[in-house]
Amino acid sequence: MSALGVVGGVVQPLLVVVGSPLLVGMMRQLRAKLEGRAGPGIGQPWRDLRKLFAKESVAPRGTSEVFRRAPLVLVATTLVVAVVVPFVTTESALDPVADLFAVVALLAAGTVALALAGLDTGTAFGGMGASREMTIIALVEPTLLVAIFALSVPVGSTNLAAIVSSTLHDPARVISPASLLAAVALVVVIVAETGRLPVDNPSTHLELTMVHEAMVLEYAGPDLALVELASAMRLSVFLGLLANLFLPWGIATTANPLAVLGAVVAVAVKVTLLGAALAVGEVFLAKVRLFRVPELLAGSFLLALLAVAASFFLA
Amino acid sequence: MSEATYTQLLDVTCGGLLFTAVLVLWRKELAVIIRVFAAQGVALAALVGVVAAHERSAELSGVAVGLLVLRAGVLPWLLHRALAKAGPGRRETRPLVNVAASLLAAAVLTLLAYAVSQPLVALAPSPATHAIPVGLTVVLVGFFVLVTRRRALSQLVGFLLMDNGITAIGFLTTAGIGLLVELGVSLDVLLAVLVLQILTTRMRETFGEADLDELRELHD
Repeated sequence: MSALGVVGGVVQPLLVVVGSPLLVGMMRQLRAKLEGRAGPGIGQPWRDLRKLFAKESVAPRGTSEVFRRAPLVLVATTLVVAVVVPFVTTESALDPVADLFAVVALLAAGTVALALAGLDTGTAFGGMGASREMTIIALVEPTLLVAIFALSVPVGSTNLAAIVSSTLHDPARVISPASLLAAVALVVVIVAETGRLPVDNPSTHLELTMVHEAMVLEYAGPDLALVELASAMRLSVFLGLLANLFLPWGIATTANPLAVLGAVVAVAVKVTLLGAALAVGEVFLAKVRLFRVPELLAGSFLLALLAVAASFFLA
Repeated sequence: MSEATYTQLLDVTCGGLLFTAVLVLWRKELAVIIRVFAAQGVALAALVGVVAAHERSAELSGVAVGLLVLRAGVLPWLLHRALAKAGPGRRETRPLVNVAASLLAAAVLTLLAYAVSQPLVALAPSPATHAIPVGLTVVLVGFFVLVTRRRALSQLVGFLLMDNGITAIGFLTTAGIGLLVELGVSLDVLLAVLVLQILTTRMRETFGEADLDELRELHD
C-alpha cells in the first residue's frame, strides 16, 4: 500500500460523506431557481440529516433484522466504493477491490439490501418499490459492467485505477467511438440507478410512480437519515466515476499535498458541474411510463455492447 | 494529416454511423427518425471527407460534398414533406417487434456483422477496412427496420439506412469507386425515394392509410 493510496483512502470517503448532501442540496436549489421557487438553500439536506439523527430509532412492528441492518449495509458498501474508486488519487488504498466487477457488485449489494428491507416491511408499497427496483437493476447492472468493460479493453485490465491512469496518459482515447458510446450508455444507466428523472422522480411521494421512495417509506429517524445519506453518496460516487473515467484530468498522481488539494478541487468541480447538468436536464424532462423504462435501458445496454464491439473491431 | 489522427477521425465518424443507426431503432416519432437519418448523412459525408483528406483526392472531396447535400439535405427534406402531408395520427411508427426486442436484435446483428466480415478485414488489414463491420451493421439494421416496420415512411428510412451502409462499405474498402459510379448510385437512390414518395401519397389517397399490412387483398 503506497502513501498515495493511503491519502486517497482517507480523503475520498471524507469528501464523499461531507460533499454528497451538499451536492443534493445544490441540485434541489438549482431546480427550485429554474422553476421559479425560492428553494431551501444548499445546506438543507445537512440540516435534515442532523434533525433525523437526533431522533430516537423506531421500526415498524413485525419487521426483522433485515429491515434494521439494510441502511448500514447500504452506507457501508457505498463507503467502501468511495474509498477504493480513483476520485482523488490514481492509486487505491485497497487495490484488489478497485476492480470493475467488485465495485459494481458492491453497489448492487447495497441496492439488493434496500429492496429486501422494502419486502421485509410487508406493506404494499414496500413490495411494489422492491419489485420495480429489481426490474430496473436487472438491466442496469449488466449495462454498467459492459460499458466500463469497453473502457478496460484497450487498457487490458479491469482495475479502475489502471483505466483512469491510462486515459491520463493517452488523452486521444476519450474521443474514440468506444469511449463515446460507453459514455452515453453510462449516463442513461446512472440516471436510472440513482433514481432521477426520467426513470424515477426523487421528489415525489405519489404511490403510482415512486420506486426508490416506496422502498424507504417505512424508515424513520436515524435509519432514514442513513438511507438518505447513502443515496446522496451513491449519486456522487456514480457522478465521480463518470467524470473520472472520461475526464480524469486534475487527479493526483503524487502524494504531494498541493497535488492532492488540486485533485480534491478538480473532482468537486467536475461532480458539481455534472450534477448541475443533471438538475437542469430534469427540469425539461417528464417521467417516462414504467413500462417504457426497460426500452430505455435495453437501448443503453445495446450502446454499451456496441462500445465493447467497437473497442474490439476498430482497434 | 498524420496516421493517428486519420484513424481517430475515421473511428469517430464510424461511431456516429453506428449510434444513429441504433437511434433509428430506438425512437418512435417519425419526425425524430428523419432528423436522425439526416445526422447519419452528415456522419457518412464526414467519413468520406476523412478518407478524401487522407488520400488527398479532390474528386473524393467532391463526392463528400455531394453526399452531404443529398443525404443530409435533399432526402430528409423529401421525407419531411411526405410526413407533413400524412397529417397527425400518422406520426409514430408501429413496429411489428417491440422496441426493447428490436434493440436486442440489433445487438445480435452487430455481432453477426463482426463475425461475417472477419475474412474481409483479413484480406487487407488497414484502419479503413477495420471499420467494415460498422458499415455491415448499418446495412443489417436497415434491413431489420425495413422488415419490421409497418408504415411506408419508416420502411423508406430502413431502405435508405441500408443504402448508407452500402455506401460506407464501398468507400471503406475501395477508397472511392469513381465519381461517375457514385453519381449514378446517388441518382438512383434519389429516384427511388421520389417514386416511393409518390407511391405513398397515392396509397394514402386510395386507401386513406399508408400501413402496408392493410394491403392484403387485391382490388379492381
